[in-house]
Amino acid sequence: MLVAFQLLNGLTFAALLFLVASGFTLIFGLMRIVNLAHGAMYLIGGYTAYAVTTATSSLLAGIVAAAVLVALLGLIEQALLRFVAGHELRQVLLTLGLGLMLNDAALVIFGGDTLNVPIPDWLQGPLQVGGLYYPRYRLFVFGVGVLVFVLLWLTVNRTRLGALIRAGVDDAETVQALGINIRLVFVATFMLGMALAGLAGALGGAFLSLYPTADSEILVYSLAVVIIGGRGSLVGAAIGSLAVALLSTFGQVWFPELSYFVIFGPMALLLAFRPHGLFGQTA
Amino acid sequence: MNASKLKIRKTLVMAAIGAVLLALVPLVAPGYRTGLVTQVLIYALLAMSIDIMAGYAGRTSLCHGAIFGTATYVVMYFVTVAGGNVWIGCVLGVLAAMAVSLIAGLLAVRTNGVYFLLLTLALGMVVWGVCVRWTSVTGAENGLRGNVRPDWLADPSRFFYLVLVLSGLLMFAMWRFVSSPFGMSLAGIRESESRMRSLGYDTSRHLLIGFVFSGFVAGVAGALYALFNSFVSPSTVALAQSVMGLLMAILGGIGTLSGGIVGSALIVVLQNVVSSYTERWSMVLGLMFVLVMIFAPEGLIGTLRSRSGRRAARLAQTESQEGRV
Repeated sequence: MLVAFQLLNGLTFAALLFLVASGFTLIFGLMRIVNLAHGAMYLIGGYTAYAVTTATSSLLAGIVAAAVLVALLGLIEQALLRFVAGHELRQVLLTLGLGLMLNDAALVIFGGDTLNVPIPDWLQGPLQVGGLYYPRYRLFVFGVGVLVFVLLWLTVNRTRLGALIRAGVDDAETVQALGINIRLVFVATFMLGMALAGLAGALGGAFLSLYPTADSEILVYSLAVVIIGGRGSLVGAAIGSLAVALLSTFGQVWFPELSYFVIFGPMALLLAFRPHGLFGQTA
Repeated sequence: MNASKLKIRKTLVMAAIGAVLLALVPLVAPGYRTGLVTQVLIYALLAMSIDIMAGYAGRTSLCHGAIFGTATYVVMYFVTVAGGNVWIGCVLGVLAAMAVSLIAGLLAVRTNGVYFLLLTLALGMVVWGVCVRWTSVTGAENGLRGNVRPDWLADPSRFFYLVLVLSGLLMFAMWRFVSSPFGMSLAGIRESESRMRSLGYDTSRHLLIGFVFSGFVAGVAGALYALFNSFVSPSTVALAQSVMGLLMAILGGIGTLSGGIVGSALIVVLQNVVSSYTERWSMVLGLMFVLVMIFAPEGLIGTLRSRSGRRAARLAQTESQEGRV
């Protein structure tokens, strides 16, 4: 029974991780930008959702506000990144600096206390799942995670934008040579990824709670997901999320103080055999 | 041959002048300012250890802050909690730092560029996560506090001289390291790993040795920091620490080694000035990172130099330096 409970914990956490990591891996895959501000964006999304939901008492408004605001911040970040276009490492380090700034700004505005995004009544309390009582809200997050996975998968594999993204992941220059404005695709993907980070912040802000170092924690988890899953792969992000979330959930039960090591082990093992992750290209 | 000998002599003379000037610091500016210079030297070691990998081997690491902090934690724990001898603690601290860099290196040397950065970032975060959560040993956010400096070193000037001598020795060792044939092989790997491999070099092993050596330097810096600060908390192993060390190396100029001293002096002084006006140091650090990446990615000295007419030469040089910052 306890194992089933932990399993559900792992699955719901995986759904949240997928929301963060899918945006991260899309941006990484398409634009070769490792957005180290992703964790901070998640945190900003969470705080925005907290402020808006508290003010309007509507979680939906909070989620939308978080996604929109973070997507707009992503637009600014994109503009900054244009200055260092073509230098992979400079881009990464720039996003790192940006992440520090955003994190500090969040600390100024919302203080260092732990905050929780309020949950509406209909999502509160437990739900009976085959003799097991499980928090409704976490199941809701799981549902959102699955829904986003399906929608993203369909977008990437069945739409024109998705075809452009996939082509861009493989060879951005050739796509551009075919007369397509790859920059627009870049901006769209970047904003989509950021909106997902904002959404994740809003949803995670209610069950993981928000505090100044939450961004580093979520960032290290998403890094692990992308390192395991491979750059630019949605399926890889999903499998990576499952692996990381289940390992860390069970790790926290078995070795509460050393749970970080538990995600680190398989990551190390995987890297020894596949340095570019399960589904990553070697390019 | 003659030119390179001249260059070596010039470097040695410069280093000697620098050492003499620094040795005068406690006489000219005793007390607080001596402490500041001590801090500059400790962070210069951290910045230079990062530069060994970033500048010479072309592998930018983001876990050196964690390696540095591991040594600090071990020294603090061994002396204040376990009640051991401080010098044994320092040795253990440096060994622990080397162990962390060995593990990180074993995983990271297979990768390059952004992947190397990512992986070292993740590994550094693991160290940080352990320090935050392993409450019974690390004291979590409260950290570990207590005077670990032996009585005869309590005087800041004396401690300064100890740091000066040690960092002088280490800087000399680093300089020898990067200009040795082994250091050349690291530069070769930076330029083209596949070519070095086809020449018969075991590139992974070379990178690993380089990484552990730079971890050793970062570890000594971390142990000295424990003696200097008498306090350690998760912020010592946090990402911001690695970021600060890297920023120092970049400001001074990646691949110059001695630039780390300049960068360290700039950042430590800036941090002290900023801290007296505002608590938003991490905002300032982030902003500096963004600005440096946009306007002076070759470091302040490099940028000034290229402004004054040597641009073409520098550019031609940087063209071939893929993998560098």
